[in-house]
Amino acid sequence: MKRMRILAYPYSVWMAIFIVVPLILVFLYSFTEGDIRNLAQLKFSTRSYERVSEPIYLKVIVNSFILATLSTLFCLALGYPVAMIVARANPKVRSMLLMFLIVPMWMNFLLRTYAWMSILSPNGFLNRLLEFFGLPRLEIMPGKTAVLLGMIYNFLPFMILPIYTVLSKIDKQYLEAASDLGANKTRTFFKIILPLSIPGVVSGITMVFLPAVSTFVISGLLGGGKTPLIGDLIEQQFMWEGNWHFGSSLSIILMVMILISMAIMSRIDRDGKQDENGHAKA
Amino acid sequence: MKKLAVRIYMGLIFLFLYAPIIVLIVFSFNKTKSRGQWAGFTLDWYAQLFKDRLITEALYYTVTIAILATVISTIVGTIAAIGIHYMRGFGKNLLLNINNIPVLNPDIVTGVALMTLFISAGMRLGFMTMLIAHVLFCIPYVILAVLPKLRQLNRHIAEAAMDLGATPSYALRKIILPEIRPGIISGALMAFTMSIDDFVISFFTAGNEVSNLSIVVYSMARRGVKPTINALSTLMFLAVVILLLIINKKSGEGEELLL
Repeated sequence: MKRMRILAYPYSVWMAIFIVVPLILVFLYSFTEGDIRNLAQLKFSTRSYERVSEPIYLKVIVNSFILATLSTLFCLALGYPVAMIVARANPKVRSMLLMFLIVPMWMNFLLRTYAWMSILSPNGFLNRLLEFFGLPRLEIMPGKTAVLLGMIYNFLPFMILPIYTVLSKIDKQYLEAASDLGANKTRTFFKIILPLSIPGVVSGITMVFLPAVSTFVISGLLGGGKTPLIGDLIEQQFMWEGNWHFGSSLSIILMVMILISMAIMSRIDRDGKQDENGHAKA
Repeated sequence: MKKLAVRIYMGLIFLFLYAPIIVLIVFSFNKTKSRGQWAGFTLDWYAQLFKDRLITEALYYTVTIAILATVISTIVGTIAAIGIHYMRGFGKNLLLNINNIPVLNPDIVTGVALMTLFISAGMRLGFMTMLIAHVLFCIPYVILAVLPKLRQLNRHIAEAAMDLGATPSYALRKIILPEIRPGIISGALMAFTMSIDDFVISFFTAGNEVSNLSIVVYSMARRGVKPTINALSTLMFLAVVILLLIINKKSGEGEELLL
């Protein structure tokens, strides 16, 4: 059966060309300057990284991080109870609830964001509704609040589903044992349900934070250029400005940010598991 | 009391999730261009939609690329998965890790990285580059869907077949492929939905001449709102719901497929 290995060779070549080489190119461009069309004439330079550290760009990076973190926290706060409610529902209701949670995700991402544009825009549905009831208008789009809302809307199911999956696998006997031994509901939640659900929470956080920190669609459409994120800067550099060097540095920084946050999350995941073992020993 | 609170909470969450979709659908039948006012029922936007060359062309590219990318990535991914399964040690880990890069990397980085490759190599951005990009991000999902099925495979059966005189390719076709079919199918479904839904990677690799539906929606939404997008969204949403119902009816494991 060893001979079957050769089946992986063509794909290895494909991956080298279309996955490895492009990333090397981005890395190369980030550390050079000169004509992008002439690889031989590129000169080493850290100028585009120096440019990233200018206050306007630093502010954009910090902004992306803050907005992504906020949207992740909101998704966690809103999504955890939903996951618990769905996991506790009886099987028939449960599969219906799951289906209703998934259907919006099947709608094209662009259209979902566009839908919020038509609700939140100054003359949009929400303001007409508020006017109708004699309430003051809301001027949140374009702006940060609208971007945050768009992120929460688009990524909430990514938080709910992994947490639900973990919660639904928790052995009911643990909960019975806890209540037999006199633990009240709050105690059961903090001592059993929450620690056991950490892996789901961790993957939920990763699945929300990652697309949120790198988006340019949500900020482009709902933020109206007022609150550019790191994704908008990258798009600008590659599509409109043609400054690949600066765009590449920004991409590398985005990747590093994501790698660091993923490392932190997997650390928490591991610590959570050790905790679990600790409990078992005690 | 607690039950009531749960119901209200879930009601609010579902209101939040569905309000934009309902607004889009309702306003796709609205007579005026205004987004806030209801001026009477019309099907004009739907009629205009099918006359709009930009949209019909985008629809054609979206579907063609999705089908081609699904077929190619399913075949290549399945073959690669079998190869990777029989590898050992460092090489296997290396390939699996590289295979995971497009899944874990943000789409925007994958997009710009491919764009720099294509342009540096002197390729014109267009249908071909977009197709390559789609095949690239679809294959990892196929491999990740097929590998678990290969792990469940009893390796002695294929060996027994070959001891009894089957050639490796015969054993592959008659024993391995039928056993891993569910993995191949769910991988293909994943690939298709990823491709049809993609915006970011297509945006960077399609160039100016070719666009898919997502790219059209993005450029239209940026320029200002057109009610034809509402009509388009309604149709796309309906298509998805119908597809979903069919899949759910056809297989009891529908839920598993969706998740």
